Amino acid sequence: MTPRTALSAAATPPWRLARSAWPWRSLGYLAAGLVPAALPMALLFGIELLRPGRTALIGLLVAALLVVVAAGPLIAGFDRRRLRLVDTRPLPARPPLRLREPGTWREIGYAVLSACVAWWLDLAVVLLSLLPPLMLISAPLQPSGPGAELPASPWFTGMLCAAGLVLLPLTAYPITAWAGARAAIARAVLAPTDTDLVEVMRSRERLAAGFDSERRRIERDLHDGAQQRLVALSVTLGLARLQVADVHPVAPLLDDARQQTAAALAELRELIRGVHPQVLSDRGLAAAIRDIAGRSPVPVELDLRLDGRLPAPVEVTAYFAVNEALANLARHSSAAAGRVAAWTQDRRLVLEVQDDGAGGADPARGTGLTGLADRAAAVGGRLLLASPPGGPTLLRVELPCER
Amino acid sequence: MRALRVVLAEDSVLLREGLTSLLRHFGHEVAAAVGDAAALREQVPLLRPDIVVTDVRMPPGFSDEGLRAALALRAELPDLPILVLSQYVEQTYAAELIDAGRSAGTGYLLKDRVGEVSEFVDGLVRVADGHTVIDPEVVRQLLDRRRDPLHRLTPREREVLGLVAEGRSNAAIARRLVVTEAAVAKHIAGILAKLDLPPAADDHRRVLAVLAYLRG
Repeated sequence: MTPRTALSAAATPPWRLARSAWPWRSLGYLAAGLVPAALPMALLFGIELLRPGRTALIGLLVAALLVVVAAGPLIAGFDRRRLRLVDTRPLPARPPLRLREPGTWREIGYAVLSACVAWWLDLAVVLLSLLPPLMLISAPLQPSGPGAELPASPWFTGMLCAAGLVLLPLTAYPITAWAGARAAIARAVLAPTDTDLVEVMRSRERLAAGFDSERRRIERDLHDGAQQRLVALSVTLGLARLQVADVHPVAPLLDDARQQTAAALAELRELIRGVHPQVLSDRGLAAAIRDIAGRSPVPVELDLRLDGRLPAPVEVTAYFAVNEALANLARHSSAAAGRVAAWTQDRRLVLEVQDDGAGGADPARGTGLTGLADRAAAVGGRLLLASPPGGPTLLRVELPCER
Repeated sequence: MRALRVVLAEDSVLLREGLTSLLRHFGHEVAAAVGDAAALREQVPLLRPDIVVTDVRMPPGFSDEGLRAALALRAELPDLPILVLSQYVEQTYAAELIDAGRSAGTGYLLKDRVGEVSEFVDGLVRVADGHTVIDPEVVRQLLDRRRDPLHRLTPREREVLGLVAEGRSNAAIARRLVVTEAAVAKHIAGILAKLDLPPAADDHRRVLAVLAYLRG
């Protein structure tokens, strides 16, 4: 893959790096860093020329600092442009230039740093990298003769010169790596990525919340519609059956219809519970977990230290996590006993589902665990799983929970 | 069978009509049929019915208003028999209801049971007579669990306790299981001993045994 930044280019093999444009681009990037340095340089020259008194000197320094601060956004703009030399990834849009905007102050701080300190480091790195090979290359031009440090054998100076030429391509490494590191800092300061991540997180939260409210709507529609009609139907059928003698040919048909209605009601009840459990919205997470544990064919011990209600998205996510975990436990673990623990700690809800089963649970094999991890991630939480072959399995879900 | 005065709370018009005609068919009187919990709370103290039949979920919130109204009525009128109809096999609700009062009849039935009209009305009368009637489905779910202290019960004892939870008398249980009444009494004594319920007023201990199931 072609590297997109100087930093990743520095990780390519030497023959590729030396032949690529990256060392030259890096050099250009670092050299361009000298442009903002013009300000402090001018200041130094000014001081040297004017030799001001102490008050004038302080005044001059303050004025210079003000100029750098004022030029901050300009310097930052310049830095964003020169970043393209060593980082081809697109940058997010620049924040508006306002005094209240934190981005503006970050830019100014960066400009001060860039103009006063960073260029000096850049220069030092470039010079120190280039110095040894350049010295060697220049060996034939060095003064020779009696009193000189090196013996003036042309054969020897030729050797040194050749060694310098061999070393020269290697300077591509420190220069490219340094330019890459500088660019990474510039990017981190000028275009911090957490703003768009927050946006992504929010959209995932919105999706998850939308999904939940849709589930509630479906549950309500089923409960108030189909379920009530079926119950009313079974009442009507029951009354009809009372009017008919047991020996009447219609009687078995009515009995059959009643049985089918009852079966449909039972199925519908399970379906509705899977869509959205009413006890969760009415009585909260602890009651809902007790309810799932009560349904589990494998005996489940509970250790719930939850008081009061938690935010609805957290409760829903936690509920479906326990539901899925206990379903897996019953289906795959061949465990004899399970344990569910839940507590809040450091503004987090922690859920643990353990069993003494065969272990070897693998998120890659089924969609259940990955779905669970996705659900947890959507509310900013995470899912941890320890399930060595031979067991036991421990599933831990952590959800951020502001109360 | 005596005729009961019933106050009925159910928000679905369809089902309210169905239940009303069902109760009338069996000779009971529907003193009021209301559609929300507030009306239920208002009507019951005025009408003083023999039994209240209420849905769990009702307007305005469509959560558990019916159950909350039942619990509030239980606090006001401790002797009032209450039968709660629910679409949910939730032991939380049933346990809360039984917990609220052990002197008066209490029932928690799934709405599905309404279709078994004779059984439903039979359960209604038993609740009005002061018994505890828990839906077989809820009981079955509780019996499915093998958990302390219930796992110490033998399968037969669990079966008997299930029937006790449905509010049946020893005689009825004996008929159902085709055993003698003495055998049933022996099973129940075994259950009470295993659930660690020391001898006291007999009926009370039966309810405590059912509660032990509900709480797990």
